Amino acid sequence: MSIRIIEMPHLGESVTEASIAVWLVAEGDKIEKYDPIAEAVSDKVTTEIPSNYSGIVKEFLIEVDTDVPIGTPIVKIETEEDGEDETVEVSADSEDVQEEKSEEFINHINKEIDKEAEEQPQERETKSDAKQSSEPKESSEKSSARYSPAVVRIAQERDIDLKQVEGTGKHGRITRKDVENFDVSSQSQPRAEKAPEQTESHTQSEQKPKSESRPSSPVSHTSAGDEIVPADGIRKAIAKKMVQSTTEIPHAWLMVEADVTNIVKLREKTKEQFKKQEGISLSFFPFFVKAVVQALKKHPIINTSWDNGNIVYHKDINMSIAVATDEHLFVPVIHNADHYSLSGLSKEISRLAGLARDGKLSSSDISGGTMTVNNTGSFGSVQSMGIINHPQAAILQVESINKRFLPTEDGGFKTADMVNLCLSIDHRIIDGLQAGRFLQDVKENLSKFTDESNLY
Amino acid sequence: MAMMTYLEAIRKGIEEEMARDEKVVIFGEDVGGVKGGVFGVTQGLAEKFGDDRCFNTPLTEGLIGGLAVGLGVTGYRAIGEFQFADYILPAVNQLISEASRMRYRTKGDWIAPIVYRAPYGGGVRGGLYHSQSTEKVLFGQPGLRIVTPSSPHDAKGLIKAAIRSDDPVLFYEHKRLYRLLKEDVSDEDYVVPLDKANVVREGDDITVIGYGMVLNHALKAAETLSKEGYEAEVVDVRSLYPLDKETLVKAAKKTGKVLLVTEDNLEGSIMSEISAIIAEDALFDLDAPIKRLAGPDSPSMPYSIALEREFLVDEEKVLNAMRELAEF
Amino acid sequence: MKKLKESGLTKEELIQAYKHVLLGRRLDERLWQLTRIGKTSFNISGQGHEVGQVAMAMAFQPEKDYFLPYYRDMTACMVWGMTAKDIMLGSLGKEDDPSSHGRQMPNHYGSKEHNIVSHSSTVSTQFPLATGVAYAAQLKKSDYVTLTATGEGSANQGEVQEAMNFAGVKKLPLIFVVENNGYAISVGTDEQYANETMAERGPAYGFPGIRVNGNDFAETYLAFKQVVEEARKGNGPALIELMVTRLTSHSADDDHSVYRTKEDLENMKKNDGLLLFEKQLIDEGYMTREEMTDIDAELKKEINKATDEAEAMPEPTADTILDQIYAD
Repeated sequence: MSIRIIEMPHLGESVTEASIAVWLVAEGDKIEKYDPIAEAVSDKVTTEIPSNYSGIVKEFLIEVDTDVPIGTPIVKIETEEDGEDETVEVSADSEDVQEEKSEEFINHINKEIDKEAEEQPQERETKSDAKQSSEPKESSEKSSARYSPAVVRIAQERDIDLKQVEGTGKHGRITRKDVENFDVSSQSQPRAEKAPEQTESHTQSEQKPKSESRPSSPVSHTSAGDEIVPADGIRKAIAKKMVQSTTEIPHAWLMVEADVTNIVKLREKTKEQFKKQEGISLSFFPFFVKAVVQALKKHPIINTSWDNGNIVYHKDINMSIAVATDEHLFVPVIHNADHYSLSGLSKEISRLAGLARDGKLSSSDISGGTMTVNNTGSFGSVQSMGIINHPQAAILQVESINKRFLPTEDGGFKTADMVNLCLSIDHRIIDGLQAGRFLQDVKENLSKFTDESNLY
Repeated sequence: MAMMTYLEAIRKGIEEEMARDEKVVIFGEDVGGVKGGVFGVTQGLAEKFGDDRCFNTPLTEGLIGGLAVGLGVTGYRAIGEFQFADYILPAVNQLISEASRMRYRTKGDWIAPIVYRAPYGGGVRGGLYHSQSTEKVLFGQPGLRIVTPSSPHDAKGLIKAAIRSDDPVLFYEHKRLYRLLKEDVSDEDYVVPLDKANVVREGDDITVIGYGMVLNHALKAAETLSKEGYEAEVVDVRSLYPLDKETLVKAAKKTGKVLLVTEDNLEGSIMSEISAIIAEDALFDLDAPIKRLAGPDSPSMPYSIALEREFLVDEEKVLNAMRELAEF
Repeated sequence: MKKLKESGLTKEELIQAYKHVLLGRRLDERLWQLTRIGKTSFNISGQGHEVGQVAMAMAFQPEKDYFLPYYRDMTACMVWGMTAKDIMLGSLGKEDDPSSHGRQMPNHYGSKEHNIVSHSSTVSTQFPLATGVAYAAQLKKSDYVTLTATGEGSANQGEVQEAMNFAGVKKLPLIFVVENNGYAISVGTDEQYANETMAERGPAYGFPGIRVNGNDFAETYLAFKQVVEEARKGNGPALIELMVTRLTSHSADDDHSVYRTKEDLENMKKNDGLLLFEKQLIDEGYMTREEMTDIDAELKKEINKATDEAEAMPEPTADTILDQIYAD
């Protein structure tokens, strides 16, 4: 003796619920298998429900004229068969029934399938095991080395070295979100945009600190709270230029130190008078520009450009000078710098700096430069590695002037005003020897100034 | 607002349009009289609008296809019902050679404003010929539109738009959804555009694109996945042809991880075309291979429970595929 | 052969009928010439069908009746209202071609202006369409009658049976015509159907089926007149089997001397409806040979003019390839 449950049967395609219109048997009736027990109604059909079992009708489980999902238990039958009683599971509350009915229908079918599965589980499991053990192996080998198109594109746009990105995807794969969320400023060194052979010539710079003139890379959005400020047009132009310079020009660096004690004396002596007379301050910078210009006359190889396999020797000496404002770096040009006296250079430098600060530089003011002198000393730097101002072949960084003890020939000491001059050269055009000789001349020119030298 | 099943929403849409425009007529096998279709979609329409405007045809699908075109060229808005999408095949010549080309081959002199309705989809123990997703047979026939709603709201708005359209529109109704879905549907006279996909759920981890029953699976699976920390963008293709490329590509680009789900078998399904479109237009936003989830490449959905279940893309399969892609 | 007098038509009407027949013949001859010199790519003709077609068409009221022709019905289309220039524009594929604006091959007729519904090349698809056009007459409570035609080979398509069956059920005001010239391209009727006649298929669907000699003008006209009247009164459809002769190869791409015997080809010339009609007109005193020669000369001028004018018309521009695929 056991209890069996009859469920609301599947009444046709698309029918998901039905009701009992009338019970054709009464509780306690003895019935045979296939005897009709009720009349069921759906919006598609009206039909008699036959019993699945022979036995006694024990209990009606649903009310007449109440829609229930297909598969809902409707009646308990006590049969002669041995076995465990079937029980009625508590179904979801009626509010959810509409939503859930498909699942119940599926569950109904699934029960049947599960029965089958229990009978022949072995083969299936083996199959799926084999599948799982072989697949991930293969993909783990692939995923670490391969990047999706989106990842590659974003990495290029943001200048991200993918080796520095931690992948959160399957088997450590770097996902699009990983690169989108990568903090570029945390990157040990920005990567060049260009092809690998150009990055090769760039490796030297990785050993040294970033130049102050180097623009910071665009900020990539990172964790919550970070502010994202799009770069303005000037900053973007600087960035572009810098990238071009560092990727196209193989840089080499030299540094010499020069004794400028006499220049310091000369300036001390003349600055007040000069200010009175000319209305501008006399800085050290024009002395260096003058010395460089004079040296360029003797070393035309420095006043050149690399142009697609040719070396262009520039006739004019147009000296670019770096002028920093609070936000940006400008590089206006002293055209025909060799035509100016010291005071003339002073005035021209002052004029260009003023225009730069007021944002009034014209395009002719900033074009045509053939070499750059950068007054890094003005903010206290003692050593730096300048990035050449493309397409020029050299940049000279004039560092800060500091008093130092120097041994004298008689075995004593003297104080001297010393300055470091850091030269970056385009190694395609200029070799170390040529650069060294040029620097020696600059040094000598500086030393030629006396406290009696004429500013005009 | 009224609580309505997907089926009732379709019926309501047809009823509103028949009341609105006396040129709207509906016919098919068992469509007229008191039966109102084997699924009951047209129940009550013959009584309400007369046996001339809602009538039975013999069991001749080619005739249903051509009758609609003939009514179309003479100024009527014909709704031809194919009892099952599987039975469209005898009418394919009329749908492709006549309905979809009438406007083009006369440069607009003659037009065929028609709605061909057809219940499609499986999971109803319908076997090989009551379960198929035959939309791909008629997909890619310029001149013909194919749409399918995936909710009662869309069902009403879309059937109304299809009836009003001057184009021949193949209106696919998922028979599993007929009585499964129920929601509040507006009593307003609204239409749903025939050429727009619908972003049903927003998310930024993966994009799931589908329609019909599997779309509803995807929506449920998305909620499960959300608890695991992944948010799925779910897009209802809705306009199966022509496809709303813009919406589909945009959704694909949004996450870069695309799962295309169809109840049809894999090869040559509509998802194959969507996959090609995304590959063409969104490559550099893709973060994973475009993934398709579909039925096996057996000729159709078999009858036996075990085989039918094997064929069907169910919620679990959708969830697993979504999770796999999210974790990729 | 019935006396022309029995037709009840006036002398003027009979001379007009003759002009239609001769225009059909001469225009078709011109189309062959244009094909042979490469100005058009194709021609398929109704030479040998002209008398039957004119008698058929004259039994209708083209200003309100609809015609769904097949590719040999050029002469009937011209009775319905199309001009030699209209036909020429179609064969040359010009923008102003009223049939398809240069989109369909030659000999696919249509004219919105003259109620001639465009047809495809997949033979007999116009039959189910015609039921729609005819059903629309019932819906509109209009008394127009619809005519549709096909060849005896194409009449074996399933859609023809579906259409005739439905027309019988709904008692549609629809006249079906099978123009029987004995050849389905190269295959004779003994391989096409086992019935004694095509006409007997009418009663099988519950309406009259009549076989007429299409070379006998009066017999054909009277048979059509009767069935058209019945249809107009609401007494349902009819099938007419029009026995005609195919004087040319199937089309410009065919050579019938390959599959027709010499005897057949010789006999064929004796059954040229044009010659028989001319003899009848002269014998029965309606026209003289001289009058016929004059008409021929006039028609030649008309055809020359139509050819020149049509040739001078512009082609569709390439940028219109995507026009009128969908309603906008």
